[in-house]
Amino acid sequence: MSPTSVPSKNSEAAPKRESAGAAPRRGGGPSPLVRFLVRRVLTALLLAVGITLVTFVLTNLVPGDPVAANLGQRALGDPAIVAQWKAEHGLDKPLPQQYLLHLQGVLQGDLGTSQQSHRPVLDDLAEAVPATLELAGTAILISLVAGVAFGVIAALRRDRLSDHVLRVLSLVGISVPTFWLALTTFYIFFYRLQITPGSGRIDPGMSAPPHVTGLYTVDSALAGQWDVFASAVGHLATPALVLALYTIGLLTRFTRSAVLEVMGQDYVRAARAKGLPGRVILFRYVLRSALVPIITVAGLAFGSLLSGTVLVEAIFAWPGVGQYAFKSATTLDLPAVMGVGLVIGAVYLVINLIVDVLYGVIDPRVRLT
Amino acid sequence: MTLTISGLKVAVGDREILRGVDLDLQPGRVHGLAGESGSGKTMTGLAVLGLLPHGAKATGRITLGERDLLGMSAKELNKIRGGEVAMVFQDPATSMHPMLTIGRQLTEHMRHHLGLGRKEARARAIELLGQVRIPGAASAIDRYPHQFSGGMRQRIAIAIALACSPKVLIADEPTTALDVTVQAGVLRLLRGLCDDLGLAVLLVTHDLGVMSAVADEVSVMKEGLVVETGPRGRVLRDPEHPYTRALLDSLPGEKA
Repeated sequence: MSPTSVPSKNSEAAPKRESAGAAPRRGGGPSPLVRFLVRRVLTALLLAVGITLVTFVLTNLVPGDPVAANLGQRALGDPAIVAQWKAEHGLDKPLPQQYLLHLQGVLQGDLGTSQQSHRPVLDDLAEAVPATLELAGTAILISLVAGVAFGVIAALRRDRLSDHVLRVLSLVGISVPTFWLALTTFYIFFYRLQITPGSGRIDPGMSAPPHVTGLYTVDSALAGQWDVFASAVGHLATPALVLALYTIGLLTRFTRSAVLEVMGQDYVRAARAKGLPGRVILFRYVLRSALVPIITVAGLAFGSLLSGTVLVEAIFAWPGVGQYAFKSATTLDLPAVMGVGLVIGAVYLVINLIVDVLYGVIDPRVRLT
Repeated sequence: MTLTISGLKVAVGDREILRGVDLDLQPGRVHGLAGESGSGKTMTGLAVLGLLPHGAKATGRITLGERDLLGMSAKELNKIRGGEVAMVFQDPATSMHPMLTIGRQLTEHMRHHLGLGRKEARARAIELLGQVRIPGAASAIDRYPHQFSGGMRQRIAIAIALACSPKVLIADEPTTALDVTVQAGVLRLLRGLCDDLGLAVLLVTHDLGVMSAVADEVSVMKEGLVVETGPRGRVLRDPEHPYTRALLDSLPGEKA
C-alpha cells in the first residue's frame, strides 16, 4: 500500500490513481478487477499444462513396461507385433514427442485405456469424479459453515466456558486420524447400532437416479425421486462428517485467531466509536477482514480433504476418485494413475483459482498487485 | 453542549491509570490535552465513549449536557457514539477499513443514526468531503482508503466523524502520523470546523507546538492526573506547575 505514484502538483491535491506499478491506465480499459481475473485465469492455464508435464514425467519414471502390461504372452514373442503396437501408441518416438502426443490426447479427452477395467480412463473418471465431488464438496461445505461459526463464537466468548469447550473439541478434530474415525464410526453406528446406512452411495436395492450432474443427491431431487434422495443423503452424511471433522477443527482454530486479531484493529475501534450496532461491526468490519486468512486455510484444507477421501472412500466403499486411485496404484494401472493425477491436479488448480479470485473480490488492494 | 469530566478514574486490575481527571469542554473551543506517553491522555478520550480496552474500569462522572455517559447502558451509549460525540484517531492508515469504500464508511453511521436513505446519505457524504477539501468529492467517494495520501485520509476521517453533526469531537493525536507539511492543514481544518460548527473539541496531543497553534485551553497531564489547566497563553507563557515548565523546556528552539 505504500504510495507509488505521487500526484503531480502537491501531495494533498489529488487522489492517487490506483497504479501500483502495473499499467497506470487513465480512463477506459478494463476495470482493475477484470484485469486481475484475466491474469489469474491465464496463470491457471499455464499451470494446467505444467500438471500434464509433471504427471507424464512421474508416470514415465515408474519402472514398468507398458508393452508387457498390455500385450498377451504370445504377442510379446513376436517382435513385429510389439513394434507395431509401439508405433500405434507412439512409444517408438522420443520422450518429448511422446509428451506432445500425450498432451494432444489430453486436449482431445483421450486419457488412454485402463488396464484394469479395459475401459477408457476418461469414462472411469467420469463416474468416479462426481461421487468424490459430492462427498468432498459436502464435507467442505459442512466444514466452512461449522468451522467459521464455531470460530466466531469462540472469539466472541473469549476465555469463557464455550471458548474452552470449542478449543478442546477443535483440537480433538485435528488430532483424530481420519481413517480411524471412519473405521470406528462405521463399526459403531452401522455394524453395532445399525442407525446409519452402510457402504455405497445409495441402498443396495435402489438404482441410481437418471444422470444429470452425477451427484446423486442433486440428480434424485431433480428427478423427484425422493426415496432415492433420502437414501443418498443418508449414505452421504456419515462419510462427509467423518471427512469434515479435521477441517472443522482447523477452521475453528484459524477463524478464532483471525477474528480476534481483526477485533484488535484500529478500524474496528473506530467503527465502535461510530456507534454502529454490534452485528454490523461483526459482519461488515470483522468478518470481511478475517475471511482472507480463513479462505486461505479453507483452500489448503480442501487439498488435505481430497487426500482424506482415499481412505474414507475405501472404508465406506464410496466409488469415487480416491478408491479408483487406490485400486490403480496398487495394480500399477499407469494410464489410470496418470488420469487421477491430472484430475486431482486440476481440482487443486480450480480451488486455488477460486481462492485467488475471492481475495480480489474481498480485498480491493489485491487487485492491484 | 458542554462535556464535563470530573473525578474520572480508570483502573486495570489494581493499577490506576487515571487518578481523578477533571476537564471541561465548551462549544466552539478547542481544549488541548498534553502530556507524555503513558500519562493517560488517550485513556481519557477513550473513556468518554466507553471504548476503554478490555478489562479497564472507569469511575467518576462524564456528563454531556445533563446526561451521565458513564452510567449509560451500552445501547444508550451507542446512540451518543458517532452521533453526538465523535472521534478521530491517530493513524488514518489503520482507522478506516481497508476493504470498504470511503463512501460506505462515510454513510453507514449517518443511515444508522439519522435514518437517511442511500441517496441522501451519499449526497451529504459528498458535501462533507468538499467541506474537508477533498478534491473531486463526487468521484473520490467510490475509492478505497489506500488510494488517498495520509493527509487526505485524515481529512476523510474527520469528515466521517462530522457526518452526524456531533456536538463534541475527540481528536486523539490527529496529526502525529502525518508529515509535518500536512499537519498544519489538518489543524487549520479542525480549528475552522470548531469555529464554524460550534464544536467542542478535545485535542489530545503530546506535541506542544500543535497545542500552541490551535488550542484555546490547555490541560497538562502527568501520571494519570491533570497537573495544570488554563488558557493557552497563560499556561504556555507562564506555567505554574514544574512539569509543564519541564515540558516546555524540552521543546527545541525558542522558548514559548
